[in-house]
Amino acid sequence: MVLRPSLKNCLWLSCVLRTPKAGFKSTACGALIIQSVSNDVYQNLAVEDWIHDHMDLEKKQVLFLWRNSPAVVIGRHQNPWQECNLRLLRQKNIKLARRRSGGGTVYHDLGNINLTFFTTRKKYERMENLKLVVKALKALRPQLDIHVTDRYDILLDRHYKISGTAAKLGGTSAYHHCTLLCNADKFVLSSVLKSPYKGLKSNATPSVPASVKNLFEEDPTLTSEMLLDAIAKEYATQHQIDHHITLINPADETLLPGINNKTKELQTWEWVYGKTPKFSVSTCLNMAYKDSVLDVKVNMDVKHGRIEVCNIDLPEQWLPPALHSELVKSLTGSKFCPNETTTLATTLLRVCPHDDELHSRWNLLCENMIMLM
Amino acid sequence: VCIHRVRSCSSIRVIKSKYVCVFDKSALKFSHQQRLFRTSAVSCGQIVQFKLSDIGEGITEVTVKEWYIKEGDSVSQFDSICEVQSDKASVTITSRYDGVIRKLHYSIDDIAFVGKPLVDIEIDASKGVASEEDVVETPPMSHEEHTHQEIKGHKTLATPAVRRLAMENNIKLSEVVGTGKDNRILKEDILNYLAKQTGAILPPSPKAEIVSPLPRSETVAAAPKDKARKIPVPVSRPIVFSGKDKTEPVTGFQKAMVKTMSAALKIPHFGYCDEIDLTQLVQLREELKPLAETRGVKLSFMPFFIKAASLGLLQYPILNASLDENCQNVTYKASHNIGVAMDTEQGLIVPNVKNVQVCSVFDIAAELNRLQSLGSAGQLGTSDLTGGTFTLSNIGTIGGTYAKPVILPPEVAIGALGKIQVVPRFNGKGEVFKAQIMNVSWSADHRIIDGATMARFSNLWKSYVENPASMLLDLK
Repeated sequence: MVLRPSLKNCLWLSCVLRTPKAGFKSTACGALIIQSVSNDVYQNLAVEDWIHDHMDLEKKQVLFLWRNSPAVVIGRHQNPWQECNLRLLRQKNIKLARRRSGGGTVYHDLGNINLTFFTTRKKYERMENLKLVVKALKALRPQLDIHVTDRYDILLDRHYKISGTAAKLGGTSAYHHCTLLCNADKFVLSSVLKSPYKGLKSNATPSVPASVKNLFEEDPTLTSEMLLDAIAKEYATQHQIDHHITLINPADETLLPGINNKTKELQTWEWVYGKTPKFSVSTCLNMAYKDSVLDVKVNMDVKHGRIEVCNIDLPEQWLPPALHSELVKSLTGSKFCPNETTTLATTLLRVCPHDDELHSRWNLLCENMIMLM
Repeated sequence: VCIHRVRSCSSIRVIKSKYVCVFDKSALKFSHQQRLFRTSAVSCGQIVQFKLSDIGEGITEVTVKEWYIKEGDSVSQFDSICEVQSDKASVTITSRYDGVIRKLHYSIDDIAFVGKPLVDIEIDASKGVASEEDVVETPPMSHEEHTHQEIKGHKTLATPAVRRLAMENNIKLSEVVGTGKDNRILKEDILNYLAKQTGAILPPSPKAEIVSPLPRSETVAAAPKDKARKIPVPVSRPIVFSGKDKTEPVTGFQKAMVKTMSAALKIPHFGYCDEIDLTQLVQLREELKPLAETRGVKLSFMPFFIKAASLGLLQYPILNASLDENCQNVTYKASHNIGVAMDTEQGLIVPNVKNVQVCSVFDIAAELNRLQSLGSAGQLGTSDLTGGTFTLSNIGTIGGTYAKPVILPPEVAIGALGKIQVVPRFNGKGEVFKAQIMNVSWSADHRIIDGATMARFSNLWKSYVENPASMLLDLK
């Protein structure tokens, strides 16, 4: 494997990325292998967007290799509340990203590698790509029992999922990307991918849970770098190009004009949460107050990540009716977000009558509501 | 392959339409020409059924997940119409036509079929349509195999976007002088040519600016490189402001702020400002900063201001009180929960440090660190944001000297701290020295707090802050 992160190479790459039709003497036309130097999930997803939007893949296909620091990545049409434990994510500082391709939710960390195969729409062929990956892995470790299922998963020992797939098709280009578990933290994986939120009803794409295993568990001598290299080698062979990987920096605006805007967009609340398909929350809060437990039925419709309709069924006069309706009115139109609700509730408290009992009831109710988000 | 249903409104138009059809068929052969003719016919539009194209891999059905347009919207070729999903693949369907959406054949979550109509688009009769033969839409530019085009034996270098601009304006590239690298023709060259031709100043074609549906162009990258080389020929364009007003509902937190501030408006605010000499405090902080850092705490000026305020409140407890709605009772709060206004992405939030009266300066600093990191992560809890009795706002970190802060109900006083400026002042001996001056602006509820009380509190606070050693005498 030859890595050439020199400036000369960057200029070469910038030419390739922008004038794909010009021929180059060093590598034959046909394909290009690039690897991101960044572990930021948003930057790397932005690179995918950029290549999808800006590169002509007719003459040159691309294989993009990337890894991320801990992040949960949901599919384009999924509901993050349904898919993962958002509270835990916030506590552990694990990022949440929504990708543009379909499919289910995955957990990324540096022990997981991501491969993106860019082609024209006509050449979009997921099975071929996955077979390439399996071939590369088998060439590296022939004893591995791995195969591709018809759901485009790669299974180890017929049972454990080591790779999941998703794809995005646009006007003329397409990409197929997949994960590959080398040495990811399975404990964190399973805890963050378990949603604690009850009473959610939605048509968002659900994830299909699967037992997972790391390739490292099968063979401790394997590392992410070895896997990346083996796959790059196989890709190079099949596309008849030099086996060398070009490093790219996803923050380089000169190389990838407009990339920083794409990165920013992927981080906005409107994209990550606001693109959640319409869903409803129907649950019962069990609030322990003084010596009793109150059952409070809550129903909310959430569209574009905002509360469209809100109903809180409180025991009569538990809160003054004016205050109750004030809370409901303020929640309506507000983001389905714990931080937003906290600041909203505490700000409203300033104009409530000064009554400790009242304040403690208000805080109790609001805190329970916040737990739903 | 023509599926136009020509709707003609008059006999004259029938004849015109026949011509239209004839031209259309020949136009279909060149897959990269759109606007061959510009008739001035009133758009008696043709409704075209835009079918869902092949997704690949033998997929026959998809689920419609999101519409980007609605009935009645205008679309241009290559605009995104909807997002569909099939078996982990998300597909963006883009329009093949320019026109107006007349009908959506599916709702969200419906199953759509490949080859069946997705939307009905009314296309402008005067414009041609892209080829129906392509199963997959391809923007015309990518059909060009080279960026070079051989005209009269010369290679004319121009990017696809520049070519389009020339084509739209019926300009032959061979007649334009290129001022870019290798005599490349730039957008400015086309505009210059046009200006000379028509004697008028023309705005640049808006389509040339669009990056997303014309991704293959080099315009974005080529422009900065070439700009450095060409001889600057300023083309003055009329300043076209295409901004539109944007109306959004006031929701959530903003709505709550509206309520709070409206309530605050009912309080008669009495303002009092003063100038504070922080020279000694600056020095003290410099000394103590490294010590605090060894204990893992970042020390700013705020902990000193907050502690001094609390010492002042011990002498003037009415400033740490609350007036009930009917102005019948004043409640003197025992705890000094001093709020610190924080500017976050959402807006102004005011977490408070609890029980400052029993906290050391270091304790306050540590607590501020905690609140600040939670605040920037958007993770402040309800207890951090409620129970405040007095507020300080350090607007000076952003800028400004004097302010007129608004009291946050149910409190009765607030202080705004301006920025620290280095200015000359006279000392006791009549000598000029360099002083670090900060302005403080207090606001108090004049219904229960009179000017004298506010002034005395301010003087006391000022004396503690200007002479930090004096705080030692009164620290509990």
